[in-house]
Amino acid sequence: MNLLEQQASNRRRTWAVMLVFVAFLFFLGYGFDRFYLGLGPVPFPIGSVFALGLGGVSAWSSYFAGDRAVLLSAGAVPLEQAALPASEDAKLKYRQLENVVDEMSIAAGLPRPKIYIVPDPDPNAFATGRDAPHASIAVTQGLLDTVNRDELQGVIAHELSHVRNLDIRLMTVIAAMVGAAALIADWTSRGLQIGGGSRSRNREKGGGALGLVLLVIWLVAVVLAPVIGQALAMMVSRRREYLADASGAELTRNPMALASALAKIDSAVDPTASIKRGTAHLCIADPLGRAVGLREGTWANLFASHPPMAQRIAALREMAFQK
Amino acid sequence: MAAWILIAIIVVFVFWAIMLYNRLIGLRNQVLNGWRQIDVQLKRRHDLIPNLVNTVRGAMEFERDTLTQVMEARARAVSATGPADAARKEGELTQALGRLFAVAENYPALKANENVKMLQEELTSTENKVGFARQFYNDIATKFNTSQQTFPSNMFAAMLGFKPAELFEITDATERQVPTVDLSMRKG
Repeated sequence: MNLLEQQASNRRRTWAVMLVFVAFLFFLGYGFDRFYLGLGPVPFPIGSVFALGLGGVSAWSSYFAGDRAVLLSAGAVPLEQAALPASEDAKLKYRQLENVVDEMSIAAGLPRPKIYIVPDPDPNAFATGRDAPHASIAVTQGLLDTVNRDELQGVIAHELSHVRNLDIRLMTVIAAMVGAAALIADWTSRGLQIGGGSRSRNREKGGGALGLVLLVIWLVAVVLAPVIGQALAMMVSRRREYLADASGAELTRNPMALASALAKIDSAVDPTASIKRGTAHLCIADPLGRAVGLREGTWANLFASHPPMAQRIAALREMAFQK
Repeated sequence: MAAWILIAIIVVFVFWAIMLYNRLIGLRNQVLNGWRQIDVQLKRRHDLIPNLVNTVRGAMEFERDTLTQVMEARARAVSATGPADAARKEGELTQALGRLFAVAENYPALKANENVKMLQEELTSTENKVGFARQFYNDIATKFNTSQQTFPSNMFAAMLGFKPAELFEITDATERQVPTVDLSMRKG
């Protein structure tokens, strides 16, 4: 697939994800009305409107303000600000980062994103922002200290590919939706335990077999929603990571540099403390520093935001014709 | 009936021709923009070189020849006319710079100098930017050419006034050799 097809398919995916989640939130809300409040077929779907409203607000706000929230929670400092008190050597490094981002923007034909430094000794990097003109790239101090110029170029190319392929938009919307679904499912199941049960059972006596089946499906959905949502989101995320590696290599024409950067990042086993759980899918490597197996598809990897490092490196080596 | 079918075919054809024309215009503008981007980076490179020469002049008193060669190569590159000429003269400039940095290896004071390091980084980056701008230009020009040369566009592209864009190629065999411009400031 070329770039335009990538973007188009990501736009389609964004819409499909939103549709699925809208249907799902509506169903959660419907069940809430019917089984918890025991209203039966009501003229005004309170639960659904509430669930959709929450999902909508959360997706909307993360679409427009998500980048600021992410940068803030990571404690990211704008590059110019970080460079002010720096030593001569550090200034050189920052200037190098600025140049590398410029180079990659030229190679990708994109406007230059804003650059941030995260004061964290663990090597990592992430991109955020809903589209190319609003994009930001943040790298940790640890990354600047660990990798050389070519490797830094590989990492930046990977992040810029996320920007160019519109991965960030897709993953931001998915994360917001999964979050909203999980939150609502959580509230509902907690409410059920506390004691809505008896009341709703009384009202439901006349519901018949269909009502019972609906109740069972709804309960299963409430229980499984967060798990399934998360697994789906992470599946999408892993595919996007492989793609960003590949299109990053297309920008630098130097897949081995990214491969060796990934190896260095991987060997730093400490988790990236300043990057929070919810931002994991935007990073170059899983900030939680989880030990993942060699094969994808095992249970442990079902909830990993990134494919196993060994597989990513193997794929990049293959691109460089080095088996 | 036959007349209607004919009209329908003509309408579809006209719409297709309009779409083809607009797509090619869009691509041609991107190609021109890519071309200008290369010029911007070359200009930047020309601006940086006098700075570098002035910074190292004091320490490299005995290397006047090398410095003069760089300045002369720069002057030739600035006054180059046409893409092929420019490509050749830029290549010569790259080589002259390569020699300068190779000689500078012998001056420990220079290698440790922050200004020189910074200028070295800027020049490395500018070289890269020229390279990536050419890469982007070649990619977009290839796309432009492909959409002109594939069937059925190839039958009408020339009629609409489109010509394939020229690609950047390394014309000089010496330019294939990568000059060593490394003052071993790369860590790791």
